Amino acid sequence: MNFVRDLRCRECGAQYPVKALHVCEVCFGPLEVSYDYDAIRRSISREQIEARPRNLWRYRELLPIEGKPLVGMHSGFTPLVRADRLAAALGVKELYIKDDSVNHPTFSYKDRVVAVAITKAVELGFDTVSCASTGNLANAVSAHAAHAGLSCFIFIPENLESGKIIGSAIYGPRTVAVRGNYDDVNRLCSEISEKYPWAFANINLRPFYTEGAKTFGFEVAEQLGWRTPQHIVVPTAGGTILPKVAKAFRELELVGLLPTADFKIYSAQAAGCAPVVHAIHRHADLITPVKPQTIAKSIAIGNPADGYYVLKAVRESGGWAEAATDDEIIDGITLLARTEGIFTEPAGGTTVAVTKKLIDQGHIPRDESIVISVTGNGYKTLEAVTGRLEQSFVISARLQEFDELYNRIAQVPRERAAGA
Amino acid sequence: MPIQIRVPTPLRKFTNGAESVTVDATTVGALLDQLDKLHPGIKERICDDNGRVRRFVNIYVNGDDIRFLQNLESPLKSGDEVSIVPAIAGG
Repeated sequence: MNFVRDLRCRECGAQYPVKALHVCEVCFGPLEVSYDYDAIRRSISREQIEARPRNLWRYRELLPIEGKPLVGMHSGFTPLVRADRLAAALGVKELYIKDDSVNHPTFSYKDRVVAVAITKAVELGFDTVSCASTGNLANAVSAHAAHAGLSCFIFIPENLESGKIIGSAIYGPRTVAVRGNYDDVNRLCSEISEKYPWAFANINLRPFYTEGAKTFGFEVAEQLGWRTPQHIVVPTAGGTILPKVAKAFRELELVGLLPTADFKIYSAQAAGCAPVVHAIHRHADLITPVKPQTIAKSIAIGNPADGYYVLKAVRESGGWAEAATDDEIIDGITLLARTEGIFTEPAGGTTVAVTKKLIDQGHIPRDESIVISVTGNGYKTLEAVTGRLEQSFVISARLQEFDELYNRIAQVPRERAAGA
Repeated sequence: MPIQIRVPTPLRKFTNGAESVTVDATTVGALLDQLDKLHPGIKERICDDNGRVRRFVNIYVNGDDIRFLQNLESPLKSGDEVSIVPAIAGG
């Protein structure tokens, strides 16, 4: 089953055959998979999708693979959590968390894009997969490569959180830690990908890789009962996921699965790395790169190549953008944990904090449906919240000591996250 | 000042397959003009009609993005290495 026509340049429209190519030879623009939507429309229905296993491949007509999926058989179809306590804390009526912090097998939204990239890499004849990563991508590439029995090399910035480094190394890849920031790693890998015959998930396999991000959006719509949320807030790093979530909603309408796709999409970044937010606030078309300085390492990409498409998607939908300081990000993590029992990493804390700002600023109305996109798991970035939580109370194993402790602390409310 | 230029795959058809070219120049702008003299047509891929570097192209001098330096006016000295890299992203 194959509904892919070819690869097209997003900038100049030049067409290319389906292969491991990500850059237009005419204008250097990014290439995107092009589908035969009429054929898909004739082949797809809600009932058909609903009857399939609960994973991201349920939308496979809209994904760029020809044969059967190779990996990610339990990836995707993560919970859409109705968040009433967080809604009350933020002063809104209808709020959901799309919770990729529990994605299988590596607990981030990256399992989606990697499942597609690796399946395609094998279809194209590669036997070694690789990536340039701030951590979550390396975890996912290593894990899915292990499941598929492929060789694997991963490239990371040297200062990455230990949880993320171990979280890749355990699956057995060769790990290369580069002295520099993520943008330095990316540039090096671009040069390596031209020399070594490897499938770099986010470089030469990029057009296929990015398509996996659409499944985040497909699922939100399906889980809301086949409708789009009125507002959805998405963190922006390299600029992959936000435009693809918008594309996902529009594709559902295009292929007849939704009667209409009416939504506003918002970009969330850390104040210490917000090149896209600045461009949106200035109504600019050009994004000025920045040097990242934030605890939110997974979204610390100072030169987001797909940033321009984030601007387009946000503006076309009538959305907006905001940035959160490192303190606001931590407050966002703790607020989400204490109101909904979901522990996310700084990228998720950023999205919660930015949603709060957008609501308080009046950009997002309080009586319309809102989805917050949580893309990673807090257990992988314990350093971010270390020292910010209430300490344990230490006693001996004597009931009397506990009685005294309880009498002392029961009256005193625990410190609450801002707004809770 | 002899400057080494790293040429990305999409541009090697202009340089007869060479991944590295050496030219003399004192600024990045002058370097691109020299490169175009040696390999006609290559500059059009890198810069638009207004002479500005295209949106999806990055140029680095010794690893520093010229957007953080002085763009096409960025100075060059003997031994500097210039890389032309298509924009890539996220992970």
